[in-house]
Amino acid sequence: MLNTLNAIFAKHRHQPGALLPILHDIQHELGYVPDLAVPEIAKELNLSRAEVHGVLTYYHHFRQSPPGKHVVHVCCAEACQANGSEALANHAATRLLSGDIKMEPVYCLGLCSIGPAIQIDELKLHARVTPEKFDKLMQELEVRS
Amino acid sequence: MNDLDYGTPAVVADRKVTLNIDGVAVTVPAGTSVMRAAVQAGVMIPKLCATDSLEPFGSCRLCLVEIEGRRGYPSSCTTPAEAGMKVRTQSSKLADLRRNVMELYISDHPLDCLTCAANGNCELQTMAGEVGLREVRYGMAGANHFTNVKKDESNPYFTYDPAKCIVCNRCVRACEEQQGTFALTISGRGFESRVTAGQNNSFMESDCVSCGACVNACPTATLIEKTVIAKGQAEHEMITTCAYCGVGCGFKAEMQGSEVVRMVPWKDGQANEGHACVKGRFAWGYATHPDRITKPMIREKISDPWREVSWEEAFTYAAGEFRRIQEKYGKNAIGALVSSRCTNEEDYLVQKLVRAAFGNNNVDTCARVCHSPTGYGLKQTLGESAGTQTFKSIEKSNVILVIGANPSEGHPVFASRLKRRVREGAKLIVIDPRNIDIVNAPHVKANYHLKLKPGTNVAVLTSLAHVIVSEGLLAESFIAERCEDQAFKDWREFVARTENSPEAMEAQSGVPAGEVRAAARLYATGGNAAIYYGLGVTEHSQGSTAVIAIANLAMATGNVGREGVGVNPLRGQNNVQGSCDMGSFPHELPGYRHVSDTTTRELFENAWNVKIQSEPGLRIPNMLEAALDGSFLGLYCQGEDPAQSDPDTQHVQEALTAMEFVVVQDLFLNETAKYAHVFLPGASFLEKDGTFTNAERRISRVRKVMPPLAGKADWEATMGLANALGYAMHYDHPSQIMDEIAQLTPTFAGVNYEKLDRLGSLQWPCNDDTPEGTPIMHVDNFVRGKGRFLITQYVPTSEKVTRKFPLLLTTGRVLSQYNVGAQTRRTENVQFYDEDILEIHPHDAEERGIVEGNWVGIQSRAGDTVLRATVTTRVQPGVVYTTFHFPESGANVITTDNSDWATNCPEYKVTAVELVRVDQPSEWQMRNEREDKEQHRLLAAVGLV
Repeated sequence: MLNTLNAIFAKHRHQPGALLPILHDIQHELGYVPDLAVPEIAKELNLSRAEVHGVLTYYHHFRQSPPGKHVVHVCCAEACQANGSEALANHAATRLLSGDIKMEPVYCLGLCSIGPAIQIDELKLHARVTPEKFDKLMQELEVRS
Repeated sequence: MNDLDYGTPAVVADRKVTLNIDGVAVTVPAGTSVMRAAVQAGVMIPKLCATDSLEPFGSCRLCLVEIEGRRGYPSSCTTPAEAGMKVRTQSSKLADLRRNVMELYISDHPLDCLTCAANGNCELQTMAGEVGLREVRYGMAGANHFTNVKKDESNPYFTYDPAKCIVCNRCVRACEEQQGTFALTISGRGFESRVTAGQNNSFMESDCVSCGACVNACPTATLIEKTVIAKGQAEHEMITTCAYCGVGCGFKAEMQGSEVVRMVPWKDGQANEGHACVKGRFAWGYATHPDRITKPMIREKISDPWREVSWEEAFTYAAGEFRRIQEKYGKNAIGALVSSRCTNEEDYLVQKLVRAAFGNNNVDTCARVCHSPTGYGLKQTLGESAGTQTFKSIEKSNVILVIGANPSEGHPVFASRLKRRVREGAKLIVIDPRNIDIVNAPHVKANYHLKLKPGTNVAVLTSLAHVIVSEGLLAESFIAERCEDQAFKDWREFVARTENSPEAMEAQSGVPAGEVRAAARLYATGGNAAIYYGLGVTEHSQGSTAVIAIANLAMATGNVGREGVGVNPLRGQNNVQGSCDMGSFPHELPGYRHVSDTTTRELFENAWNVKIQSEPGLRIPNMLEAALDGSFLGLYCQGEDPAQSDPDTQHVQEALTAMEFVVVQDLFLNETAKYAHVFLPGASFLEKDGTFTNAERRISRVRKVMPPLAGKADWEATMGLANALGYAMHYDHPSQIMDEIAQLTPTFAGVNYEKLDRLGSLQWPCNDDTPEGTPIMHVDNFVRGKGRFLITQYVPTSEKVTRKFPLLLTTGRVLSQYNVGAQTRRTENVQFYDEDILEIHPHDAEERGIVEGNWVGIQSRAGDTVLRATVTTRVQPGVVYTTFHFPESGANVITTDNSDWATNCPEYKVTAVELVRVDQPSEWQMRNEREDKEQHRLLAAVGLV
């Protein structure tokens, strides 16, 4: 982990306000921001552990534990809610109770006119997702892995 | 009991604005908040997240006001007052808004006011009353933060109960703005927002340093002292002064009868301005610790059991023994040690007793072993044996140079000021062998850290001067106008020599020349530059030379005589400045006047009605030597523990054993008391009236909040001893002693208790010219007239590394323990630090097969001891470090009897040592343990153990 961190730190060394870019890079590399990374980030940026922790926990995007093998973000923002995302999220939560696909809420994926929207593994967006369509997508995902 | 809270900090501005608040016209400095202006107009606006020790935050939405011509309801804490503004703080709309806000707060708050520790002193409760909250429509059934919440009780002094938290952020901001530790944060967002220590740690696991600023800032019982939980709210308070370090913080002792409930930093205390550290704030429980000895005791031999006696019997016995020794061995065979922990009045009395009743000048003080080189060096160059500034002066500094001091541990409240100034943009130069906290702490980073080898201060300081001279950075006109010409020319010629260049010194000091040059340029050209230094400067064979070198740098760059600059010794003990001022050195009468000066001597002779010797008496090390020679055989030792604190312990122990009669006056049976024949019980700072003088020359009142446990304050005991010796002393109150001091000492002429009570504190010189004291010294002229540059030739210490002793040991303190630890070891502070640890660099550890937690034997030319090791890069290769808080560590068994050439201040900071892994304590430690048990047995005879 230390090597990864040092490489990321080196990349951002002279950048003002480097905390968020560093947190993004760490999550990108490791899938989450481990507790042990926090004191290192603090030392690098001349901050305290508490300050880094405060920022890390403020943004729902940042994870503090390893993610599932796959992560499905279900949009729970207003437009998707109006199109039934609450029911979809409930369905998704039940459907994904076991297994290594994790569901996480997200607030707006930018597909407000064609909700409810989901995003799989921060890669592929899917619009107008019904519970049926969701199950089909999950099945494909499970087969692939 | 709470002070008036203005809600936002005071603003200093030349421009004033006048506004109208609820029909009252009020004029305030531009930039003042509407909230503060309102308080000034006598209008209290409801608030929760605002308090005048913190910058406005605007989160609680309770302080909303209406401003004519403006839309909406701005928060008064974040709105600056403007000329002509018309503000309404009460209307039915505002009342509705405030009630609604309060209703939301209370809907998520446990309603247990009657059994809550903050009951009667809770801002939430008060505000709910002020806004007239009558019902909570939302019920308490929904999601909340107060059911099934775990209280954090990890800190020994306060608890964190998240159930009561309203997330006003005051604690987080206090930790950041006031203390500068940044140990707290708000984790999560929205409803999940919670105050969190570290990374969701307990307070003890976090970076918290237990300064108590968060507890002070908390408007509810979320963060509250355990003593308040145990005892309840206080019913009266007394203003007094902390008895730990030389910062001299003002405190309010909050009392129930004669019992302290809590110590709260005093907002109007000019040294600390409402801030505190873990020692002053919380570690006062030693005052009523069961180890306190409260009856005078005597014994004929140190191997005899102690016997409790009356005060009168103790005085008579002591006086008889002192006179017997004088008759047998001569007048000069006895002497006394003055305490830097006692009050000015008490220190004055002890030296008066020596000079008037003993009839000699054999009086010395523990300042001998800490800041005596400061007294000498600053007197020789600037003309006065004291620091030049106020602590507040640092707010005007652009460059701060810290050498041989670790303020975060030793002077924490000053460290907070320093860190704040660095966060505001001041540049920082640190000269220290170790990576101390301020080298790299949250939001504080030294621009230059000159990591020198122990013992090379003078090399580095002189090479800084070399750069200033050779690169044309001198303050020519300041020097021409204010300093002695010939002395300056001699000095300039000396420092300009190639041998004093950073390049030439690099081999000695280990500091890269480029860094020295850069630091010198910054110090000389960076604006207002201030130097702060501590025992890492003075406790060397060239301690006085280093102090002189510091004064030279300040004069050479014109950094003396105004705010933001100066030469500032960070004095170790609460009254070390005062004990020196009071004439406790063998060569000086009060006010630093030499005993050989006939006029001064006559002044005191007439006042005291005795003849005073014109020759200086013995210094501590001379007393010890003379004891071994058989010419010094009686000692009165008040509030000092040389058997633990002085270097070369075995030598000290031998000397004490050789004395025929030793009187120890202390709170506890300390190490020196093992060699005593009479024990006089001392009184803590809570048990007496008097004054302490801090590192800023600030004289502050100490007030008696409880009766002395032993029936007498220390000044009363000294008086009793003097009277038994046949020298009449009579004072009804310490104020009369201060009046005598003022009458005999020009720098104190204007000091009296009435004025101290009125003004809070006074910085000497205080006399007819400066009736309210002197915050900044040497403003137009140096005290000695012209400033005097002196040559500072670097002479390496004789304590050198060899093949047999290849490492250098240096020593220091930690935040939670204080000096010999007699007090802090008897508090819960042991939870933070409970043994002296040896720091060793990984490289040196590996070479010797030492790993974390190993016991290591440390051997020097003077002796050996055993400590537990920690492997850390805080120290550089070749250097090891430890503290000296625990007597069983025997840190001073290893230190040598090398000392400063001018003042005999011991060279604690450099000892050549070798380390080996061991599995049992040293011989000295085993003997010490046996002796400890034996002394406890002797104490058991009086049923005290």
